[in-house]
Amino acid sequence: MNLLLIAVVQGLVMGLVYALVSLGLGLIWGVVDVVNFAHAEYMMWAMYATYFAVAGLHLDLLAALPIVVALGFLAGLCTYIVLIRRIMGGPAVTQIFTTFGLLFFLRYSAFAAFGPDFRGITWPPASGSVLILGVPVSTAQADAALAALITFGLLHALLQWTKTGKALQATAQNPAAALALGIEVEWMYMLAWGLSIATAAVGGVFLLTFYQVSPTVGDAFLLLMFASVVLGGFGSVLGPLLGGVVIGLVESVAGNLVSPTFKLAFVFAALLLVLFLRPGGLLGQERRG
Amino acid sequence: MKLRRVTRRTLLRWVGGGAAVLGGLRAVPASAQAGDIKVGMLYPLSGSLALIGRDMRQAIDLAADIVNTPHPELAPLTLAAPAGLPKLGGRKMQLVWADAKDPATARAEAERLIDQEKVVALMGCYASAYTATASLAAETRGIPFLNAESSSPTLTQRGFKWFFRTGPTDETFTAMFFQMFGDLRKRGKRIQKLAILSENTEFGATAAKVEQAQAKAQGYQMAAVEMYTSPPATLEAELNRIHAASPDALIANSYLIDAVTTIKALKTMRYFPPALVAQDAGYVLPDYIKDTGKDGYYIMSRASWALGLGARKRLVGRVNDLYRSRYNEDMDETNARSFTGLLTLANAINLGGGTSPTQILQGLLMTDIPEADTIMPWKGIKFDKDGQNLYASGVMVQLLDGKYKVVWPFDLAETSIVWPAPAWDKRS
Repeated sequence: MNLLLIAVVQGLVMGLVYALVSLGLGLIWGVVDVVNFAHAEYMMWAMYATYFAVAGLHLDLLAALPIVVALGFLAGLCTYIVLIRRIMGGPAVTQIFTTFGLLFFLRYSAFAAFGPDFRGITWPPASGSVLILGVPVSTAQADAALAALITFGLLHALLQWTKTGKALQATAQNPAAALALGIEVEWMYMLAWGLSIATAAVGGVFLLTFYQVSPTVGDAFLLLMFASVVLGGFGSVLGPLLGGVVIGLVESVAGNLVSPTFKLAFVFAALLLVLFLRPGGLLGQERRG
Repeated sequence: MKLRRVTRRTLLRWVGGGAAVLGGLRAVPASAQAGDIKVGMLYPLSGSLALIGRDMRQAIDLAADIVNTPHPELAPLTLAAPAGLPKLGGRKMQLVWADAKDPATARAEAERLIDQEKVVALMGCYASAYTATASLAAETRGIPFLNAESSSPTLTQRGFKWFFRTGPTDETFTAMFFQMFGDLRKRGKRIQKLAILSENTEFGATAAKVEQAQAKAQGYQMAAVEMYTSPPATLEAELNRIHAASPDALIANSYLIDAVTTIKALKTMRYFPPALVAQDAGYVLPDYIKDTGKDGYYIMSRASWALGLGARKRLVGRVNDLYRSRYNEDMDETNARSFTGLLTLANAINLGGGTSPTQILQGLLMTDIPEADTIMPWKGIKFDKDGQNLYASGVMVQLLDGKYKVVWPFDLAETSIVWPAPAWDKRS
């Protein structure tokens, strides 16, 4: 079979998965203007929650999904209320160290709670593979890609067609003006955190169908998440979607056709090239001052 | 709306809790009796290698317990019968554990154990890259360092005076692969084209280099060499290229999550090479079987040890029974090496007759443990001038029906080798 076609199909599918797990990172970055280094750790906790719901409580994955997503939303709200609210407006360095601290806290709490074991589940509907354009793709990955598209669709609809969504966008563009217009900016920040972690939870649920969870699972994804958000651009939902897909494609095509050893080098070379030509990312908007 | 504020005290309590959680991960030495011999244990207890770290710790704890308390039923196992070290008046071994979770921490913890905990010798660190840095700290301070699990050949090629390794190197192991390939060719198997899939730190990179050199020297064709960073998000690109090269055998140097990802991707691709031959690591851990189930069968691996050796050597079964009674699982080929490492170090301290670095060094140089006194299939333990165990060797195992069975050398085999591995649709 044509290696390029295989590379493109597999890259597209993995790219959508990257996009799904990065979406929330871009949302917080865009709306709250905080870089959440702990984003992948929330995804890890969602994977554990899913694991215990499916393997422990014997729930179906689709029954566990709303529970885990709701827990993710709550975790996002709590994180904002307890921690992030206190550092808003503080120096960038404080924000960086706070979310870095959060990363280690979440990771080592997971170590203490669950130990270092790798845990995975088998979800029968996601076993086996499906053919996409004749290329076999794992059903679990295809499901995750589909979940990514649905999540993006829902979030896009929320932002474009609801009053709350428009208020979120206004807050992202200019918090001071939003406040002057009577938008509860504080509420919008909370909502952004809730939505962000909820989308990380969707990613965690579907990732668990084809990837094992352990306290360090975030290491495989964190850099790719950042690359997706930066490459796609801030301030829009479509940014991380496009960013994730481009990164998946570059990684897969360069990996298959040139050399997998240097696939990450190609990914970050592409990132640098985009930033050189378009400093705001592919779909980036002007950042507030 | 007003949000409830978290009081400073509540926050402090949380932070305190977090610190306690972190603190709990740091090893605390067991209560020491005066005169116990403090030995530093540098192993990955957190991070991505924490699972294997825990398994090694269990085996080492058991070994120390066997040294410290009389276990005449395990004779002739080294130091099993007496309580403590007989030449040192029955003094006991006290293990001081530290978390060597990456190369920098491994070195920093080695320095701390030597300078502050005043350990007389060190053992560690499993991952070759960590062992490399930690042993540097021991070398500069003149403290003996015994390694039982790292296989990178360069570790014993650095001209170090204080570094010793009981286990085999990638050169020994890889030579074994090619001896097996040679034996199989004599039986009519077609083995000419090889491929390598390898993680890219000290372990994988060095192993891949050795594999390529030996393949070239013996006239095999190397169809693909794919290196990746562990843990990988995906290994599809690497495996597509290997599939396209259609090797007769795929050699894999992979940690656990990589190994599981490899098997899942191969199944999705509906491809499995005629043989997947692993430099142990991820492919020989109990969690590999747990996570891949039957899909993980038919892989082959080098091993320094296999439970199946118990059929020929009763000591293997007796030690494993003791291990199983404590931890409710079997020993594996990695922690069997750790177990043997600690007994070797205790034996050296005993032989040297004291705990000064030079006495322990003397003890290590005098070490000559016969095969019967170990649980390993080796001819024994005796160090060459570089500190490498002259007799370290191994066997090849294949995962069949959920068990790692010895399949080579043919005269030690528990069962016949399955080569080529059956295609996915032919598996029951």
